[in-house]
Amino acid sequence: MRSSASKLSLCLLMTPFVLWIVLLVLLPHLQMLRVSFHVRESWDTVTLGLEQYQNFFSESYYWRTFVRTGVMSLFTTFLTLVIAFPIAWYIARLARGRAKGFLFLACLIPFWASELVRTYGWMILLRESGLFSTWLQALGLADGPVEMLYNDAAVIIGLVYNGLLFMVVPLVTTLDGMDKNLVEAGYDLGGNHWTVLREIIVPWAMPGVVSGCIVVFMLTLGSYLTPILMGGKDSAWFTEQIFTQFITRFNWEQGAALGVLLLVLSSVIVWLGLRVTGQNLRKVMG
Amino acid sequence: MASDLFCTDLVRRFGDHTAVDRVSLDVPAGTFFSILGPSGCGKTTLLRLLAGFDRPDSGEIQIRGARMNDVPPNKRPVNMVFQHLALFPTMSVGDNIGYGLRRKKVPAAERTRKIARVLEQVGLPGLEDRNPQQLSGGQRQRVALARCLVLEPTLLLLDEPLGALDLKLREQMKVELKHLQKAFGTTFVYITHDQSEAMVMSDQVAVMRQGRFDQVAAPETLYRDPATPFVAGFVGDNNRLSGDVISVDGDLARLRLQSGEEVTGRIAGEGIAAGRRADLFIRPESLVMNGAVPDGYSRMQATVTTTLFDGANSRIEAGVADQTIFARLPQDGSVSNLSPDSAIQLGWDPQRATVFAGERV
Amino acid sequence: MDSQPRTILTRTGALAAFLTAAVFSTSTLAEELRLITWGGYAPDDVVAQFEKETGIDVKITLSNNEDMISKLRATGGAGFDLAQPSQDRIIGVQRQFNIYQPIDLGKIDTDQIQPSMLKATEKSTSLNGKQYGVPAVWGTSGLIVNKDVADTVTDYTDLCDDAVAGKVSYRLKRPTLIGFAFALGEDPFAAYDDKDKYQSILAKVEDKLIDCKANVKTYWTGGDQLLALMRTGEVKAAMAWDAGGWKLHGENPDISFVAPKSGALGWIDTFALPRRSENVDAAYKWINFVMQPEIAAKITNQSGNFTASKGADEFVKADLRDAYRQSFDEKALNNIKWYPPVPPGLEAMEGQVLDRVQAAN
Repeated sequence: MRSSASKLSLCLLMTPFVLWIVLLVLLPHLQMLRVSFHVRESWDTVTLGLEQYQNFFSESYYWRTFVRTGVMSLFTTFLTLVIAFPIAWYIARLARGRAKGFLFLACLIPFWASELVRTYGWMILLRESGLFSTWLQALGLADGPVEMLYNDAAVIIGLVYNGLLFMVVPLVTTLDGMDKNLVEAGYDLGGNHWTVLREIIVPWAMPGVVSGCIVVFMLTLGSYLTPILMGGKDSAWFTEQIFTQFITRFNWEQGAALGVLLLVLSSVIVWLGLRVTGQNLRKVMG
Repeated sequence: MASDLFCTDLVRRFGDHTAVDRVSLDVPAGTFFSILGPSGCGKTTLLRLLAGFDRPDSGEIQIRGARMNDVPPNKRPVNMVFQHLALFPTMSVGDNIGYGLRRKKVPAAERTRKIARVLEQVGLPGLEDRNPQQLSGGQRQRVALARCLVLEPTLLLLDEPLGALDLKLREQMKVELKHLQKAFGTTFVYITHDQSEAMVMSDQVAVMRQGRFDQVAAPETLYRDPATPFVAGFVGDNNRLSGDVISVDGDLARLRLQSGEEVTGRIAGEGIAAGRRADLFIRPESLVMNGAVPDGYSRMQATVTTTLFDGANSRIEAGVADQTIFARLPQDGSVSNLSPDSAIQLGWDPQRATVFAGERV
Repeated sequence: MDSQPRTILTRTGALAAFLTAAVFSTSTLAEELRLITWGGYAPDDVVAQFEKETGIDVKITLSNNEDMISKLRATGGAGFDLAQPSQDRIIGVQRQFNIYQPIDLGKIDTDQIQPSMLKATEKSTSLNGKQYGVPAVWGTSGLIVNKDVADTVTDYTDLCDDAVAGKVSYRLKRPTLIGFAFALGEDPFAAYDDKDKYQSILAKVEDKLIDCKANVKTYWTGGDQLLALMRTGEVKAAMAWDAGGWKLHGENPDISFVAPKSGALGWIDTFALPRRSENVDAAYKWINFVMQPEIAAKITNQSGNFTASKGADEFVKADLRDAYRQSFDEKALNNIKWYPPVPPGLEAMEGQVLDRVQAAN
């Protein structure tokens, strides 16, 4: 009796989640997968085929953008990690009481504004007539206006900024749980700053590092506004390609194929990342 | 004997609080030195000064004659076994032990040999590839020791490492630590709040209170001849009887208790004179009862409150006026019939009792 | 004391009113007009006046051509009661996706609409003898130029002049291809039905745009972004819409909208009925309402674009009229190249060119 009642309540609890997964995640993706194999013969006839995927490999612009997006996302993720680690270390290990909460809040505050607003903020700072350019001129470091926007570096700055919180949080969580004696033992047994970091702190923080990297990588790979607005005339981003196919070219079939490829790329890279670092998904997300 | 550790007038303050207050110590090479004190007495702070995790405000630390004040922890010939051991959870037992060797750039082959040997010495041969989490509490303890001893430090600091073990294992490890110390010949500085650990293992014990050393002596001296009432009360079980000094005769003082009883004990502190308040300390096992009290012993009447049976540690609790006194109950059948509320005569050799000037007015 | 019950009463009253309103709004759900349109085409005061006069609730979704088509395509022409696509983007889309229904001119007060434009739209939005659009708002794409470079930039291809290197912006979209084709002496509209000819024109344009890439500061993607670039002076010349140019002219007289020598590109936004519109009557009411000269002028004042309403000009703000006259003299007006309907397949060809331009280094 009791077990059937608990089974029922479990089912009821699971229902919204299952519905969400099936209706909003699984079905749209299956539909997209199906559309990606469509080939439009004329206005109203469609056959199945691999033409959309062939287009991807034969049109160098697609796969070049694809590779570029992947490489830049990896680099952004790495840079975010390098910047977030000291911040997380400070919050988790050095800050106390109110300062700790305040610092955490400071990381969170930018996320009260939307990605668009954050991106515009950076554009105001970086543009030729912007704040940084004005300061550089005022300090005599530049003779004329300096354009810092519309290039890949600007895109990476924007993406790192967007990803920072998602790296800091898991790092703080793992570093918080670390016995401070481990670090002291590391020094006590003859280690210097570098060896203690490499041999003790980083291995300990690895689950946080990997989960942060996965989240930031996914966010970066899938971001749209920041690369579009801050990127230069050569800074193509793969999501832009997908958007263009769906919205401006009305080519849903091609867009779907590109979407599927992006999904495959992100899955493969995450899988590789887990393999290389010897972590598994359960440990990292748990 | 040359001293491995020599400190003079170490002071460490945190704001208004002086955690370590002009502490000097001298630990001869190859000895087991314990610092015993209640929690908050500053012993952990002192240990951290020695390890180099903290800097003294003043005073000097010397190890084998070399000044250590400005030497960072990774450059000191000192290693530490932490209270919770701090074994690296991401490394195997072998890598934990090898960590320090790698820092010393010991070649791989020699490293493997050294790890195997030290594991054998601590009684864990062949466990190199285990994870620390897979070991029992006692085994982890030994790994933590091996991790330090393999580096052959001049000085090994131990921060209450037995605290987390259960009672039986703790008793066993006490003996084992002592043996390991003798076998390795390394100088141990051990801090603990457990007087039994300190007594069993140490060559010398420093009793610490409020940042200062009350007494530094061999365990037996501490026990028999405490230098302060605090040491008398803290080291081993002790009964304290308060009263007024009525006469002083050589090294003996006679006290009148509140109950009117007059008792005698050996003067151990300063400031004992007729008319002053004083405390007499007498250990439970020094008390004899009823018919067994020989002549020349100080004696008094008490009322049995209850009997506490605990094998060889069985005691009786008795009352003298409003003071409580414990006496060891011999298990040879010499004393019997001690029902509650029965009267009992207690006696002791005055040389075994110590008298200190009363702390309270 | 007294105020307490009254507050509660008022609150109850408000709640009741709210509930009644909620019930009413459910029962009058049919009287709702869901309009998908461009920013500025349905100003708040116009909407308020319409709601007051007809009692119909207007729900507005802001959009653009591609988004409008995508949304209607996704639902097969449902979700909106009235749309405002450009006249050249109706037939091709209708043939391919069947998202509109024919419009009944009998229900429209055609006397309010400029006959020439009505006729042009009829021609370009008819399929199989049925008409799908009536004209609403028109405007042009041309050049927004700062006084500093006004002598250099008089046509689209002048954006590639060395004198304005790094100070130029345009979109990477089809109007740019068309504009450059005209400036290169071609007539792309005439080649709409000749794919080979069109392809060769596109090839020429592609070379020019790749050549020109070094001159471009950035390809703008949103109207606000372009306005900011022009305002700050970071960009001195751009290809863009007339309304944006006039807006900037109002802020800074040094910036003007210029009709290029080879002709501004003219577009007409229409009214079109989605196939599964749920309130066609309300849609017709809206069309007849906003095409009244005084209302149409309000829309012009808000969006900066002129409407197809006859006689609206006299109600338009004077400075906007002046800016318009400054940009278009008689000759420039006659030289406007009106977009003919886009035949299917063209956008795919153009898309490849745009991709290649973006990819070129």
